[in-house]
Amino acid sequence: MSTNYLSIARDGLWNNNIVFSQSLALCPTLAVTGTATNGLGMGMATTVVMIFTGLVVALFRGIISPEVRIPVFVLIIATIVTLVDMGMNAWTHDLHKVLGLFIPLIVTNCAILGRAESYASKHATLPAVVDGLMMGLGFTLALVMLGATRELLGSGTLFANAELLLGQRLAFMEVTLIPDYRGFLIAILPPGGFLLLGFLLAGKRMLDKQLEARKNLSEPAGVTAPEAI
Amino acid sequence: MSTADTEPAYRKGIGYQAILLGGFAALAAALLILGNNSTHEAIASRQAEDLLDSLSQVLPDAIHDNNLLNNAILIEDENGNPLTIYRAMKNQKFTGAAYQVTGHGYGGDIEILLGINPQGELIGVRVLSHAETPGLGDRIEIEKDNWITGFSGRSLKNTPKTAWHVKKDGGQIDQFSGATITPRAVTKAVYEGLIFFRKHRDELVVMTDNGDT
Repeated sequence: MSTNYLSIARDGLWNNNIVFSQSLALCPTLAVTGTATNGLGMGMATTVVMIFTGLVVALFRGIISPEVRIPVFVLIIATIVTLVDMGMNAWTHDLHKVLGLFIPLIVTNCAILGRAESYASKHATLPAVVDGLMMGLGFTLALVMLGATRELLGSGTLFANAELLLGQRLAFMEVTLIPDYRGFLIAILPPGGFLLLGFLLAGKRMLDKQLEARKNLSEPAGVTAPEAI
Repeated sequence: MSTADTEPAYRKGIGYQAILLGGFAALAAALLILGNNSTHEAIASRQAEDLLDSLSQVLPDAIHDNNLLNNAILIEDENGNPLTIYRAMKNQKFTGAAYQVTGHGYGGDIEILLGINPQGELIGVRVLSHAETPGLGDRIEIEKDNWITGFSGRSLKNTPKTAWHVKKDGGQIDQFSGATITPRAVTKAVYEGLIFFRKHRDELVVMTDNGDT
Protein backbone atom coordinates (compact mmCIF):
# COMPACT_ATOMS: atom_id res chain seq x y z
CA MET A 1 0.00 0.00 0.00
CA SER A 2 1.63 3.19 -1.10
CA THR A 3 1.03 6.26 0.98
CA ASN A 4 -0.59 9.22 -0.63
CA TYR A 5 0.76 12.20 1.29
CA LEU A 6 -1.31 14.60 -0.78
CA SER A 7 -4.51 12.99 0.39
CA ILE A 8 -3.27 12.96 4.00
CA ALA A 9 -2.70 16.70 3.67
CA ARG A 10 -6.06 17.30 2.04
CA ASP A 11 -7.82 15.26 4.73
CA GLY A 12 -6.09 17.00 7.60
CA LEU A 13 -6.45 20.53 6.31
CA TRP A 14 -9.90 20.42 4.81
CA ASN A 15 -11.85 17.24 3.98
CA ASN A 16 -11.55 15.70 7.42
CA ASN A 17 -10.64 18.81 9.40
CA ILE A 18 -10.82 18.13 13.15
CA VAL A 19 -13.07 21.07 13.92
CA PHE A 20 -14.91 21.76 10.70
CA SER A 21 -15.62 18.17 9.63
CA GLN A 22 -15.17 15.89 12.62
CA SER A 23 -16.56 18.52 15.04
CA LEU A 24 -14.11 17.27 17.66
CA ALA A 25 -12.05 19.23 20.16
CA LEU A 26 -14.66 21.94 20.46
CA CYS A 27 -13.80 22.65 24.10
CA PRO A 28 -10.31 24.03 23.43
CA THR A 29 -11.58 25.55 20.19
CA LEU A 30 -14.19 27.68 21.90
CA ALA A 31 -12.21 28.35 25.05
CA VAL A 32 -9.11 29.97 23.58
CA THR A 33 -10.30 31.69 20.43
CA GLY A 34 -10.96 35.13 21.89
CA THR A 35 -8.12 36.38 19.71
CA ALA A 36 -6.37 35.04 16.62
CA THR A 37 -3.06 34.97 18.48
CA ASN A 38 -4.40 32.71 21.21
CA GLY A 39 -5.88 30.43 18.55
CA LEU A 40 -2.54 30.27 16.77
CA GLY A 41 -0.67 29.49 20.00
CA MET A 42 -3.07 26.75 21.02
CA GLY A 43 -3.03 25.33 17.49
CA MET A 44 0.75 25.24 17.41
CA ALA A 45 0.99 23.56 20.82
CA THR A 46 -1.60 20.98 19.77
CA THR A 47 0.24 20.38 16.46
CA VAL A 48 3.48 19.63 18.31
CA VAL A 49 1.63 17.19 20.57
CA MET A 50 -0.06 15.50 17.59
CA ILE A 51 3.22 15.08 15.68
CA PHE A 52 5.00 13.48 18.63
CA THR A 53 2.00 11.35 19.54
CA GLY A 54 1.84 10.10 15.95
CA LEU A 55 5.57 9.35 16.01
CA VAL A 56 5.59 7.49 19.32
CA VAL A 57 2.38 5.55 18.72
CA ALA A 58 3.50 4.48 15.25
CA LEU A 59 6.93 3.45 16.55
CA PHE A 60 5.44 1.21 19.22
CA ARG A 61 2.42 0.02 17.25
CA GLY A 62 4.00 -3.42 16.85
CA ILE A 63 4.16 -4.17 20.55
CA ILE A 64 1.05 -2.46 21.90
CA SER A 65 -1.63 -5.10 22.31
CA PRO A 66 -5.19 -4.04 21.47
CA GLU A 67 -6.47 -4.79 24.99
CA VAL A 68 -4.38 -2.10 26.68
CA ARG A 69 -3.90 0.29 23.79
CA ILE A 70 -6.16 3.06 25.12
CA PRO A 71 -4.37 3.48 28.50
CA VAL A 72 -1.02 3.35 26.72
CA PHE A 73 -2.10 6.03 24.23
CA VAL A 74 -3.42 8.22 27.04
CA LEU A 75 -0.14 7.79 28.92
CA ILE A 76 1.87 8.77 25.84
CA ILE A 77 -0.30 11.81 25.15
CA ALA A 78 -0.25 12.95 28.78
CA THR A 79 3.54 12.68 28.91
CA ILE A 80 4.01 14.70 25.73
CA VAL A 81 1.51 17.36 26.83
CA THR A 82 3.26 17.73 30.19
CA LEU A 83 6.62 18.11 28.46
CA VAL A 84 5.19 20.75 26.10
CA ASP A 85 3.63 22.52 29.08
CA MET A 86 6.93 22.65 30.96
CA GLY A 87 8.83 23.73 27.85
CA MET A 88 6.41 26.56 27.10
CA ASN A 89 6.46 27.71 30.71
CA ALA A 90 10.24 27.90 30.63
CA TRP A 91 10.86 29.32 27.17
CA THR A 92 7.74 31.15 26.00
CA HIS A 93 6.61 32.31 29.40
CA ASP A 94 4.42 35.23 28.34
CA LEU A 95 2.41 33.06 26.02
CA HIS A 96 2.19 30.44 28.72
CA LYS A 97 0.58 33.03 30.98
CA VAL A 98 -2.17 33.44 28.38
CA LEU A 99 -2.59 29.80 27.38
CA GLY A 100 -1.33 28.14 30.54
CA LEU A 101 -4.75 27.16 31.74
CA PHE A 102 -5.56 25.40 28.48
CA ILE A 103 -2.32 23.49 27.78
CA PRO A 104 -3.03 20.67 30.27
CA LEU A 105 -6.44 20.38 28.64
CA ILE A 106 -4.77 19.21 25.41
CA VAL A 107 -4.68 15.82 27.15
CA THR A 108 -8.44 15.70 26.99
CA ASN A 109 -8.49 16.72 23.33
CA CYS A 110 -10.26 13.68 21.95
CA ALA A 111 -8.97 14.41 18.47
CA ILE A 112 -5.45 13.42 19.49
CA LEU A 113 -6.53 10.09 20.93
CA GLY A 114 -8.75 9.70 17.87
CA ARG A 115 -5.84 10.09 15.44
CA ALA A 116 -3.61 7.81 17.54
CA GLU A 117 -6.32 5.16 17.49
CA SER A 118 -7.56 5.47 13.93
CA TYR A 119 -4.38 6.38 12.08
CA ALA A 120 -1.04 6.24 13.86
CA SER A 121 -1.57 2.78 15.38
CA LYS A 122 -2.16 1.32 11.90
CA HIS A 123 0.42 3.10 9.77
CA ALA A 124 4.18 3.45 9.46
CA THR A 125 6.07 6.19 11.28
CA LEU A 126 6.42 8.73 8.49
CA PRO A 127 2.79 8.76 7.36
CA ALA A 128 1.73 8.93 11.03
CA VAL A 129 3.94 11.97 11.60
CA VAL A 130 2.65 13.63 8.43
CA ASP A 131 -0.92 12.88 9.49
CA GLY A 132 -0.28 14.41 12.91
CA LEU A 133 1.25 17.49 11.29
CA MET A 134 -1.59 17.93 8.81
CA MET A 135 -4.35 17.32 11.36
CA GLY A 136 -2.59 19.76 13.68
CA LEU A 137 -2.29 22.37 10.94
CA GLY A 138 -5.94 21.92 10.06
CA PHE A 139 -6.82 22.42 13.72
CA THR A 140 -4.61 25.52 13.84
CA LEU A 141 -6.30 26.84 10.70
CA ALA A 142 -9.72 26.39 12.27
CA LEU A 143 -8.63 28.07 15.52
CA VAL A 144 -7.04 31.02 13.74
CA MET A 145 -10.10 31.50 11.51
CA LEU A 146 -12.49 31.42 14.46
CA GLY A 147 -10.14 33.54 16.59
CA ALA A 148 -9.68 36.13 13.85
CA THR A 149 -13.43 36.40 13.25
CA ARG A 150 -14.20 36.80 16.93
CA GLU A 151 -11.36 39.25 17.51
CA LEU A 152 -12.31 41.34 14.50
CA LEU A 153 -15.96 41.58 15.51
CA GLY A 154 -15.29 41.89 19.21
CA SER A 155 -12.40 44.31 19.43
CA GLY A 156 -11.61 45.44 15.87
CA THR A 157 -8.04 44.12 15.94
CA LEU A 158 -6.23 41.17 14.40
CA PHE A 159 -3.41 39.20 16.02
CA ALA A 160 -3.25 41.48 19.07
CA ASN A 161 -0.24 40.59 21.27
CA ALA A 162 1.29 38.54 18.46
CA GLU A 163 4.75 39.59 19.61
CA LEU A 164 4.31 37.52 22.78
CA LEU A 165 3.97 34.44 20.62
CA LEU A 166 6.20 35.11 17.66
CA GLY A 167 8.77 37.61 18.88
CA GLN A 168 9.31 41.28 18.06
CA ARG A 169 10.11 40.64 14.39
CA LEU A 170 6.55 39.62 13.69
CA ALA A 171 4.92 42.39 15.70
CA PHE A 172 3.82 43.93 12.40
CA MET A 173 1.13 41.25 12.20
CA GLU A 174 -0.80 43.16 14.82
CA VAL A 175 -3.34 45.29 13.05
CA THR A 176 -5.96 47.58 14.46
CA LEU A 177 -8.45 47.53 11.64
CA ILE A 178 -11.07 49.73 13.22
CA PRO A 179 -9.62 52.36 15.56
CA ASP A 180 -11.82 53.42 18.47
CA TYR A 181 -14.11 50.50 17.75
CA ARG A 182 -16.49 50.02 20.64
CA GLY A 183 -16.70 46.29 20.07
CA PHE A 184 -19.41 43.77 19.39
CA LEU A 185 -18.87 42.24 22.79
CA ILE A 186 -20.79 39.00 22.35
CA ALA A 187 -18.24 37.83 19.78
CA ILE A 188 -15.57 37.54 22.50
CA LEU A 189 -17.92 35.99 25.05
CA PRO A 190 -18.59 32.24 25.03
CA PRO A 191 -22.03 32.46 23.35
CA GLY A 192 -20.45 34.38 20.48
CA GLY A 193 -17.93 31.58 20.09
CA PHE A 194 -20.74 29.06 19.59
CA LEU A 195 -22.60 31.34 17.19
CA LEU A 196 -19.58 32.10 15.02
CA LEU A 197 -18.46 28.47 15.01
CA GLY A 198 -21.92 27.61 13.71
CA PHE A 199 -21.60 30.18 10.94
CA LEU A 200 -18.15 28.91 9.99
CA LEU A 201 -19.39 25.28 9.88
CA ALA A 202 -22.31 26.32 7.72
CA GLY A 203 -19.99 28.30 5.48
CA LYS A 204 -17.73 25.29 4.96
CA ARG A 205 -20.71 23.07 4.11
CA MET A 206 -21.91 25.58 1.53
CA LEU A 207 -18.46 25.85 -0.02
CA ASP A 208 -18.10 22.07 -0.17
CA LYS A 209 -21.49 21.74 -1.80
CA GLN A 210 -20.67 24.30 -4.44
CA LEU A 211 -17.33 22.65 -5.17
CA GLU A 212 -19.06 19.31 -5.56
CA ALA A 213 -21.70 20.74 -7.85
CA ARG A 214 -19.00 22.23 -10.06
CA LYS A 215 -17.13 18.90 -10.07
CA ASN A 216 -20.27 17.03 -11.09
CA LEU A 217 -20.80 19.44 -13.95
CA SER A 218 -17.31 19.00 -15.37
CA GLU A 219 -17.20 15.21 -15.16
CA PRO A 220 -19.88 12.53 -15.10
CA ALA A 221 -21.04 11.57 -11.64
CA GLY A 222 -19.81 8.41 -9.97
CA VAL A 223 -16.44 8.17 -11.70
CA THR A 224 -14.35 9.40 -8.79
CA ALA A 225 -16.21 8.60 -5.64
CA PRO A 226 -14.42 10.38 -2.79
CA GLU A 227 -13.11 8.08 -0.14
CA ALA A 228 -15.72 7.74 2.57
CA ILE A 229 -14.57 8.47 6.09
CA MET B 1 -9.28 -6.00 12.60
CA SER B 2 -6.57 -7.96 10.86
CA THR B 3 -3.98 -7.36 13.58
CA ALA B 4 -5.99 -9.47 16.01
CA ASP B 5 -5.67 -12.55 13.81
CA THR B 6 -1.91 -12.34 13.43
CA GLU B 7 -1.26 -11.44 17.04
CA PRO B 8 0.97 -13.95 18.87
CA ALA B 9 -0.75 -15.82 21.68
CA TYR B 10 1.57 -14.55 24.43
CA ARG B 11 0.30 -11.02 23.89
CA LYS B 12 -3.15 -12.08 25.01
CA GLY B 13 -1.81 -12.97 28.45
CA ILE B 14 -2.31 -10.59 31.32
CA GLY B 15 1.42 -10.72 32.13
CA TYR B 16 2.44 -9.23 28.81
CA GLN B 17 -0.13 -6.47 29.11
CA ALA B 18 0.89 -5.65 32.66
CA ILE B 19 4.55 -5.43 31.65
CA LEU B 20 3.65 -3.30 28.62
CA LEU B 21 1.61 -0.85 30.66
CA GLY B 22 4.21 -0.78 33.44
CA GLY B 23 6.99 -0.26 30.94
CA PHE B 24 5.24 2.70 29.38
CA ALA B 25 4.51 4.17 32.79
CA ALA B 26 8.19 3.87 33.75
CA LEU B 27 9.26 5.42 30.45
CA ALA B 28 6.81 8.28 30.93
CA ALA B 29 8.07 8.89 34.46
CA ALA B 30 11.69 8.93 33.28
CA LEU B 31 10.89 11.43 30.53
CA LEU B 32 8.99 13.69 32.90
CA ILE B 33 11.85 13.70 35.41
CA LEU B 34 14.25 14.66 32.62
CA GLY B 35 11.89 17.38 31.41
CA ASN B 36 11.36 18.74 34.89
CA ASN B 37 15.08 18.83 35.61
CA SER B 38 15.85 20.76 32.48
CA THR B 39 13.06 23.33 32.87
CA HIS B 40 12.43 23.93 36.56
CA GLU B 41 15.21 26.47 36.99
CA ALA B 42 14.05 28.51 34.02
CA ILE B 43 10.44 28.33 35.19
CA ALA B 44 11.33 29.42 38.73
CA SER B 45 13.33 32.39 37.52
CA ARG B 46 10.55 33.42 35.08
CA GLN B 47 8.04 33.32 37.94
CA ALA B 48 10.34 35.36 40.20
CA GLU B 49 10.70 37.90 37.39
CA ASP B 50 6.92 38.10 37.05
CA LEU B 51 6.54 38.69 40.76
CA LEU B 52 9.26 41.36 40.87
CA ASP B 53 7.70 42.96 37.82
CA SER B 54 4.32 43.41 39.48
CA LEU B 55 5.90 44.35 42.83
CA SER B 56 7.90 47.13 41.19
CA GLN B 57 4.65 48.68 39.97
CA VAL B 58 3.37 49.12 43.52
CA LEU B 59 6.73 49.61 45.27
CA PRO B 60 8.82 51.79 42.95
CA ASP B 61 12.56 51.11 42.84
CA ALA B 62 13.24 54.62 44.22
CA ILE B 63 11.90 53.81 47.69
CA HIS B 64 13.90 50.68 48.42
CA ASP B 65 17.42 49.31 48.16
CA ASN B 66 16.71 45.76 49.27
CA ASN B 67 15.72 42.70 47.28
CA LEU B 68 11.96 42.53 47.83
CA LEU B 69 11.87 38.76 47.48
CA ASN B 70 14.41 38.31 50.29
CA ASN B 71 12.55 40.44 52.82
CA ALA B 72 9.17 38.79 52.71
CA ILE B 73 7.43 37.70 55.92
CA LEU B 74 4.30 35.73 56.64
CA ILE B 75 1.48 37.20 58.76
CA GLU B 76 -1.80 35.47 59.41
CA ASP B 77 -4.85 37.32 58.14
CA GLU B 78 -8.20 37.36 59.96
CA ASN B 79 -9.12 34.00 58.45
CA GLY B 80 -5.94 32.43 59.75
CA ASN B 81 -4.36 32.07 56.32
CA PRO B 82 -0.73 33.09 56.04
CA LEU B 83 -0.28 36.16 53.84
CA THR B 84 3.09 36.94 52.31
CA ILE B 85 4.10 40.55 52.91
CA TYR B 86 6.89 41.96 50.75
CA ARG B 87 8.73 44.73 52.55
CA ALA B 88 10.57 47.61 50.99
CA MET B 89 13.50 49.02 52.96
CA LYS B 90 15.90 51.85 52.38
CA ASN B 91 18.94 52.35 54.64
CA GLN B 92 17.49 49.71 57.00
CA LYS B 93 14.29 51.76 57.40
CA PHE B 94 10.85 50.40 56.55
CA THR B 95 9.57 52.32 53.52
CA GLY B 96 6.62 50.28 52.33
CA ALA B 97 4.86 46.95 52.14
CA ALA B 98 3.14 45.06 49.36
CA TYR B 99 0.74 42.16 49.61
CA GLN B 100 -2.07 40.49 47.80
CA VAL B 101 -5.77 40.83 48.60
CA THR B 102 -8.70 39.07 46.97
CA GLY B 103 -11.92 40.67 45.79
CA HIS B 104 -15.02 38.74 44.80
CA GLY B 105 -16.02 40.05 41.41
CA TYR B 106 -18.64 39.21 38.84
CA GLY B 107 -16.69 36.37 37.25
CA GLY B 108 -14.81 35.03 40.26
CA ASP B 109 -11.92 36.07 42.43
CA ILE B 110 -9.95 39.20 41.60
CA GLU B 111 -6.36 39.06 42.82
CA ILE B 112 -5.14 42.53 43.72
CA LEU B 113 -1.65 43.66 44.74
CA LEU B 114 -1.42 46.64 47.12
CA GLY B 115 1.60 48.80 47.81
CA ILE B 116 1.37 50.85 51.01
CA ASN B 117 3.81 53.35 52.55
CA PRO B 118 4.53 53.52 56.32
CA GLN B 119 1.91 56.28 56.74
CA GLY B 120 -0.76 53.89 55.48
CA GLU B 121 -1.21 55.61 52.11
CA LEU B 122 -1.58 53.51 48.98
CA ILE B 123 1.44 53.82 46.71
CA GLY B 124 -0.14 51.76 43.98
CA VAL B 125 -2.78 49.13 43.31
CA ARG B 126 -2.65 46.58 40.49
CA VAL B 127 -4.89 43.71 39.46
CA LEU B 128 -2.87 40.52 39.03
CA SER B 129 -5.58 38.25 37.72
CA HIS B 130 -9.33 38.25 37.29
CA ALA B 131 -12.10 36.64 35.28
CA GLU B 132 -14.29 39.70 34.70
CA THR B 133 -16.20 40.32 31.48
CA PRO B 134 -13.86 41.37 28.65
CA GLY B 135 -14.65 44.87 27.46
CA LEU B 136 -16.61 45.80 30.59
CA GLY B 137 -15.08 44.64 33.86
CA ASP B 138 -11.55 44.28 32.52
CA ARG B 139 -11.00 48.03 32.74
CA ILE B 140 -9.61 47.33 36.20
CA GLU B 141 -6.43 46.25 34.36
CA ILE B 142 -3.83 48.97 34.01
CA GLU B 143 -3.34 47.93 30.35
CA LYS B 144 -6.96 48.76 29.53
CA ASP B 145 -7.72 51.80 31.66
CA ASN B 146 -6.05 53.95 34.31
CA TRP B 147 -9.02 53.63 36.67
CA ILE B 148 -6.96 51.60 39.13
CA THR B 149 -4.49 54.49 39.60
CA GLY B 150 -7.32 56.45 41.25
CA PHE B 151 -6.52 54.58 44.47
CA SER B 152 -2.96 55.94 44.68
CA GLY B 153 -2.53 58.33 47.60
CA ARG B 154 -5.72 57.26 49.34
CA SER B 155 -5.58 56.09 52.94
CA LEU B 156 -7.97 55.38 55.78
CA LYS B 157 -7.19 58.87 57.10
CA ASN B 158 -7.83 60.96 54.00
CA THR B 159 -10.78 58.87 52.80
CA PRO B 160 -13.35 58.22 55.53
CA LYS B 161 -15.03 54.84 55.90
CA THR B 162 -18.26 56.03 54.25
CA ALA B 163 -16.34 57.23 51.20
CA TRP B 164 -14.82 53.80 50.49
CA HIS B 165 -17.59 52.96 48.04
CA VAL B 166 -18.20 53.60 44.37
CA LYS B 167 -20.05 56.86 43.67
CA LYS B 168 -23.24 55.00 42.86
CA ASP B 169 -23.26 53.69 46.44
CA GLY B 170 -22.54 57.13 47.88
CA GLY B 171 -18.76 56.89 48.06
CA GLN B 172 -15.87 58.72 46.44
CA ILE B 173 -14.50 56.00 44.16
CA ASP B 174 -15.18 56.38 40.44
CA GLN B 175 -17.06 53.64 38.71
CA PHE B 176 -17.26 52.84 35.03
CA SER B 177 -20.32 52.37 32.90
CA GLY B 178 -21.53 48.87 32.22
CA ALA B 179 -19.92 47.26 35.25
CA THR B 180 -20.80 47.97 38.86
CA ILE B 181 -19.97 44.74 40.62
CA THR B 182 -16.34 44.77 39.50
CA PRO B 183 -15.29 48.24 40.80
CA ARG B 184 -17.32 47.61 43.95
CA ALA B 185 -15.42 44.36 44.59
CA VAL B 186 -12.04 45.99 44.00
CA THR B 187 -12.90 48.93 46.27
CA LYS B 188 -14.00 46.62 49.08
CA ALA B 189 -10.87 44.48 48.79
CA VAL B 190 -8.57 47.51 48.81
CA TYR B 191 -10.38 48.92 51.85
CA GLU B 192 -10.02 45.64 53.72
CA GLY B 193 -6.37 45.54 52.71
CA LEU B 194 -5.84 48.93 54.35
CA ILE B 195 -7.58 47.76 57.54
CA PHE B 196 -5.19 44.80 57.58
CA PHE B 197 -2.23 47.16 57.27
CA ARG B 198 -3.47 49.35 60.14
CA LYS B 199 -3.78 46.26 62.32
CA HIS B 200 -0.32 44.91 61.54
CA ARG B 201 1.65 48.09 60.83
CA ASP B 202 3.57 48.00 64.09
CA GLU B 203 4.67 44.40 63.55
CA LEU B 204 6.01 45.27 60.10
CA VAL B 205 7.89 48.36 61.23
CA VAL B 206 9.36 46.76 64.33
CA MET B 207 10.38 43.59 62.60
CA THR B 208 12.08 45.57 59.89
CA ASP B 209 13.89 48.02 62.11
CA ASN B 210 15.29 45.21 64.23
CA GLY B 211 17.01 44.03 61.12
CA ASP B 212 14.95 40.88 61.30
CA THR B 213 14.68 39.37 57.86
